[in-house]
Amino acid sequence: MSFLPNIIFFIVLTTSIGYFISNVIKLRRNINLGIDLDIDVSKDSKKRWANMAKIALGQSKMVRRPISGALHVIVYIGFIIINIELLEIVIDGLFGTHRIFSFMGGFYGFLIGTFEIFAILVLVSVSIFWIRRNIIKLKRFYEDSMKGWPKLDADLILYFEIILMSLFLLMNTTDASFQQMNTGNIVSGYIYPFFENYSANTLHLLERSFWWMHIVGILIFLNYLYFSKHLHILLAFPNTFYASLEEKGKMSNLKSVTNEVNLMLNEMGSNPTETIDDNINEVAKFGASDVSDLNWLQLLNSYSCTECGRCTSVCPANITGKKLSPRKIMMMTRDRLEEVGKNIDSNKGVLVDDGKKLIDDYITREEIWACTSCNACVEECPISIDPMSIILEMRRYLVMEEASAPSELNNMMSNIENNGAPWPYNQMDRLNWND
Amino acid sequence: MSDKLKVNTMSDYFAEGKTPEVLFWVGCAGSFDDRAKKITKAFVKILNSINVDFAVLGQEESCSGDPAKRAGNEFLFQMQAISNIEVLNSYDVKTIVTTCPHCFNTIRNEYPSLGGNYKVYHHTQFLKKLLNDGRLKIKGGSYKGKRITYHDPCYLGRANNEYEAPRELIAKLEAELIEMKRCKSNGLCCGAGGAQMFKDAEKGNKEVNIERTEDVKETNTEVVATGCPFCNTMLTDGAKTIEEERKISVMDISELIAKAQDL
Ligand code: SF4
Ligand code: SF4
Repeated sequence: MSFLPNIIFFIVLTTSIGYFISNVIKLRRNINLGIDLDIDVSKDSKKRWANMAKIALGQSKMVRRPISGALHVIVYIGFIIINIELLEIVIDGLFGTHRIFSFMGGFYGFLIGTFEIFAILVLVSVSIFWIRRNIIKLKRFYEDSMKGWPKLDADLILYFEIILMSLFLLMNTTDASFQQMNTGNIVSGYIYPFFENYSANTLHLLERSFWWMHIVGILIFLNYLYFSKHLHILLAFPNTFYASLEEKGKMSNLKSVTNEVNLMLNEMGSNPTETIDDNINEVAKFGASDVSDLNWLQLLNSYSCTECGRCTSVCPANITGKKLSPRKIMMMTRDRLEEVGKNIDSNKGVLVDDGKKLIDDYITREEIWACTSCNACVEECPISIDPMSIILEMRRYLVMEEASAPSELNNMMSNIENNGAPWPYNQMDRLNWND
Repeated sequence: MSDKLKVNTMSDYFAEGKTPEVLFWVGCAGSFDDRAKKITKAFVKILNSINVDFAVLGQEESCSGDPAKRAGNEFLFQMQAISNIEVLNSYDVKTIVTTCPHCFNTIRNEYPSLGGNYKVYHHTQFLKKLLNDGRLKIKGGSYKGKRITYHDPCYLGRANNEYEAPRELIAKLEAELIEMKRCKSNGLCCGAGGAQMFKDAEKGNKEVNIERTEDVKETNTEVVATGCPFCNTMLTDGAKTIEEERKISVMDISELIAKAQDL
């Protein structure tokens, strides 16, 4: 009978890890619905590792906004450090030991003491985050696409963290033997007096309850990630690793188009600089009307987005009241991808046409045409997401597949086609500026 | 104003069996837009004043393809790019300078994989190089001690990480550079990029160029310098719209330098 808690613990632990893994597999599958991306990671892997260390681990871009940046760093470090304690909790849970690492004495006290201090710092920071969202109501947390689940999600994460940190401290407080050690109870030592008069039994019962609630809470949180913007704590790493290393101004050249253009110029009797690649024959589609036309990095971007809205808050279109919001581009891409994923799940692994697509059903043309391609969103994103590239792919679809650009742009393009300038001037007059 | 500047074309050079030190890519705005033509002239005056051996393509130049690409028309972009590359390569061009950050970005970043490999300079970078090489001397002149602000063109700044060259040139004018609250990598777009120059904006509550001109106004300077013909147009329009009492003049860096040297 005395093994019962260990068995229960084992079952809870493996089930939640199993469920988590199944969601990770689904995540991978969904991301791989995207088209291939032509990147050779080995070529500049050093730079990529460095970027990941600097931007994801070192949060170098978070501090562009000093206040939220500093608070976020505290929560982040706190969260990682306190999770070291998880190792002990899992061992204790599986083998019925109690604070197995406490034999380390003073050093153990130092560790737990550090955790307790961080727990308090995290509690304070998270509370400030909550105040910024719910009392100060920072503008970037409020736009139409943030209503409903995104708002609830953001708050739930904060509540989760408050509860987990509190449980961690309460678990330490009510642990009589730990309090007696009197090392490391830097914070909980001050809460202990409130529990001093409880009987040893009650205290033990409380300690066990807090211990269980704490670990179960963590496991629930782990499985909550997949459904939440909090997924960024994991995906920020691959996201910053694979992010483009090119100049921001560089837009990819579509290879399939190069081929057709060369063929055309050949027919016109011109000698193209590039040779024609026979391997690229027919391309199914130019640009993107749905998530499966985007590349996998863009889909990974959408799952990694923290919905922080930094991109939107610097977007010239958004600042001046246009509908375009780069954050919404990322959120809609993820929502649509999830929908497509569920569609595949419920149809035995094949996508059954649901008559919907990313353009129009999730992202309107009005949004797509409002972008100035200024790269402010890309520059600002703390985890190197590129919302602009998705906008460009959708423009490519609208122009090359549907020929449905705004009419003024069609005029501009026919001018370029006919006389080599976006305005109706004659190419022969190119030197007239010097008249 | 009608005194003609000394400008040779690549075909002139070719006929003489010579190649110039650098090709000046004028760009569509610089060729046709009345305001931008002045920038072209100012830059040419500087080049001529220190005898830089340059040439233009003239009638052989065609749109770089930037607005088509950013509007999503990859076909048209590559048609333009590949034909331009053909012309450039036929003259064996190695170095290009342009007064337009959009042409600069496109030729520098998007032409190489289509077969066009050149050393490309934005004119502020090129002027800085001439300065460093000791060929160009800049004196403060009429701008000495004046308060000037600088607007970062997106395609020079964020797109290509060049924030310093224009600022160094302004410093050489002995002017006092007053930064806007949104500057360098945080700079706000003028509203023209991504082919927006050629269409009306979507529905909103403000034009982007007005928002940006207000940033300029906040600095309380009389001159806003920039390095892009499109930014220039947008800010000039913005200044006309919001201006009541004070005159903000929008100047390209090459114009400031030309004026200060009495060219
Ligand atoms: S690139 Fe487009 S979406 Fe991004 S900030 Fe600029 S205008 Fe907004
Ligand atoms: S794209 Fe980046 S900046 Fe924009 S909301 Fe997502 S994480 Fe934040």
